[in-house]
Amino acid sequence: MNHLQIANVAKTFHRTEVLTDVSLTVHAETTTAIVGPSGSGKTTLLRLIAGFTAPDAGSISIGGTPMADGGRLVPAHRRNVGYVAQDGALFPHLSVGRNIAFGLTGHGKTVQKRVDELLEMVSLEPSYSKRQPHELSGGQQQRVALARALAKEPQLMLLDEPFSSLDAGLRVATRKAVAATLRRAGVTTVLVTHDQGEALSFADQVAVMRAGRLTQTGSPFVVYTRPADRQTAEFLGDAVILDAELHGTVATCCLGAIPVKGRAEDGPVQLMLRPEQIRVVDESPVRGTVVDSDYFGPETTVRIQLHAEPETITIRHWNALLARPGEELCLRVVGEAVVFPES
Amino acid sequence: MPITDHRAARLLRVPERPGEKGKRSAPPAAVLVPAVLVTLTALIPLGFVITMTVATGWEDATYLIFRPRVGELAINTVSLIALTVPLTVLIGIGTAWLVERTNVPGARAWALLLAAPLAVPAYVNSYAWISTIPTLAGVWSGVLISVLSYFPLVYIPAAATLRRLDPALEHSAASLGLGPWSVFFRVVVPQLRLAVVGGALLVSLHLLAEYGAFSMIRFSTFTTAIMGQYQSTFNGAAANMLAGVLVLFCLFLLLTESRGRGTAHYARLGSGVAAAPVPARLGRWRLPAVGALAAVIALALGVPLVNIARWLIAGGAEVWTAGPLAGALVQTLGYGFAGAAVTTVLAFPVAWLAVRHPSRFTRILEGTNYVASSMPGIVVALALVTVTISFVQPIYQSTAVVVAAYVLLFLPRALIPLRAGIAQAPPALEEAARALGKAPPTAFLKVTLRLCAPAAAGGAALVFLGVVNELTATLLLSPSGTWTLATRFWSLSGEIDYAGAAPYALLMVLLSLPVTYLLYTQSQKAAGR
Repeated sequence: MNHLQIANVAKTFHRTEVLTDVSLTVHAETTTAIVGPSGSGKTTLLRLIAGFTAPDAGSISIGGTPMADGGRLVPAHRRNVGYVAQDGALFPHLSVGRNIAFGLTGHGKTVQKRVDELLEMVSLEPSYSKRQPHELSGGQQQRVALARALAKEPQLMLLDEPFSSLDAGLRVATRKAVAATLRRAGVTTVLVTHDQGEALSFADQVAVMRAGRLTQTGSPFVVYTRPADRQTAEFLGDAVILDAELHGTVATCCLGAIPVKGRAEDGPVQLMLRPEQIRVVDESPVRGTVVDSDYFGPETTVRIQLHAEPETITIRHWNALLARPGEELCLRVVGEAVVFPES
Repeated sequence: MPITDHRAARLLRVPERPGEKGKRSAPPAAVLVPAVLVTLTALIPLGFVITMTVATGWEDATYLIFRPRVGELAINTVSLIALTVPLTVLIGIGTAWLVERTNVPGARAWALLLAAPLAVPAYVNSYAWISTIPTLAGVWSGVLISVLSYFPLVYIPAAATLRRLDPALEHSAASLGLGPWSVFFRVVVPQLRLAVVGGALLVSLHLLAEYGAFSMIRFSTFTTAIMGQYQSTFNGAAANMLAGVLVLFCLFLLLTESRGRGTAHYARLGSGVAAAPVPARLGRWRLPAVGALAAVIALALGVPLVNIARWLIAGGAEVWTAGPLAGALVQTLGYGFAGAAVTTVLAFPVAWLAVRHPSRFTRILEGTNYVASSMPGIVVALALVTVTISFVQPIYQSTAVVVAAYVLLFLPRALIPLRAGIAQAPPALEEAARALGKAPPTAFLKVTLRLCAPAAAGGAALVFLGVVNELTATLLLSPSGTWTLATRFWSLSGEIDYAGAAPYALLMVLLSLPVTYLLYTQSQKAAGR
């Protein structure tokens, strides 16, 4: 079932086109991440879905009900959409309990019971209900914001970079906890983030946004391994881009003949590999010398000068001992490459 | 005593929050229109002065401006400012340094006491001195009373800055080989520049605007001369031309101040929490330091309070029942609450635009209000008298015009805290409320308005303080037959009925003390921005 349907949406601020012809479908009870660099328009798209602003063109419907369509516009407070902002946006003058109960109607015990339930959903003790927002850590604040947004059982949950203000360790833990809570609650979710790792690990579907357009939408595996163009490839992770000559389904480059996915016209193309596809082996005709390396502990990033070509490539390797400058390595490509037309 | 805190706006200036990642929406007309109307109204006094000068004509204007009497007034006013400002700066910084940065005994108590003279209107101070030394007159008496009344205007921001000044700066300077005196003059004093320049401007504007204190000791300034002209000829061209010269002085001071501020950054750079400063050890100077502080307090607070007490005792029970004391109190409270409420409500659209829709236009709008409200009370009053008589005669000498004058005089007092308050209620919170099913008006009421309520209350309290002690404009504008504490005090002390005036002075001081305390604690929180 198509739960959220965005069709040909456009938005302009002060004569600058922020969103251009954006279409996106999100299925019920799935998670979609909209990922893009800052200024790409992803937050604007989320605010259009929430109803804080209106699109200039196109339509948005949630659960089959049109929310914005031509002149008709359902205001934010009638959309029953949950929204978690970047810093949680907890009301500083209300306790945690009253924050969570803000959208609830009813009195006394029933509300308190629901608040306790919601706190439990986000793995916080009922005693947190009495605390003030400023007494909580950043991660706890985000979980309270999520509980508050879940209180009215929204038909759609919108998360606007909810983890970006947390420090690295807490970010992963909070993200996992939030994802688990949302999955249990069975809420259709749209997450906006500039962190490709977060998008790939969090979502069932990733939509890549660049300069106001969605450049590619698909499963995390597909968008990572088969990016639609070079910029998308480079935005979603490290990429090794090489000049190659395509013949049918095989491209020849300085790393040898490599099978390719996708289609392009025969002739000169650009070939994209993920660094982890290039492995160090005992014996191979492709050789190179280590130029320098960055040690990260579990893995090492190694820059290699290929013998056959003037080019250097950067790969990842687990064994730092092999990666000392001057060391000679044999390389082999695993899996298929992606080709883009010569630009 | 008008505190024209336009200056504090810059001290409290909140970093601008970009709109939707820099994509600002146009301000709604429901906010824009009232904000523009308020600003245009604030320009009435300036417009009045310009119109009157043009109407008087070049020849008459030059005749009225370039004459010995005006020269005399100019010399008086300039020498008053030139003598008073350095002394207030000296006492303000000196006392601030003693209570904030040394181990002087009882520092916290002194810190509060030094702000307390603000609760004593300058004309009450004048009354205390003249009723003790009836021969008091001339520029030096003016300087004495001014310094004692206004040094807290330098002391409060200086103390707040010293309190917030990161001692790491001083430690760094020391580690670079500077001795304690060099550290003080090369690091600490430059940091005080904003506070001192701002405080000095406030003192100067007060000196230009003050009527009661100088009139009582028969010292002529522009303001007392305008009042005299007005009372003898009523709305004459001479008074208007003097007002024009006064406004020029005022604008000149504002310009000087904005030059004096410079462009350097004084906020703390970098992150991390500032450590608490280590107080300087006074050693054998501890007792003399206490003596100096005690002397300042004795002169600025002791003299007025002791004299009020003395006259109360001399007057006995009779002074409490003789005049319309209760009526004046009720009238004052009425003006105070009305002025505070109306000013706060009218400041809201301007503050809202400044925070939520920052642009060149809204900055000009806000800045205009600060400049317009720096005009002396006498000019505001003359302008409103003229405007009401010419255009809306039915409201001449009505409560509405009095309240309008308070709005024009005290708008920045409401504007500055409101601005900070609105900045503490980011749009994201209102949006969160809307996403939780609250309609926009409810969301605004329950979140934004609720969050800026404390700031609004603080601003309203400062306006209230201003209204309670306002004398000049109230004298000119209030409906005949009504008394406020200030005007009744003024008329009684003018009749040399010092005992009769004492209860009014006491009530004004008592009403002002809590707000002065509030002002002091707020400045301690907000400094350093």
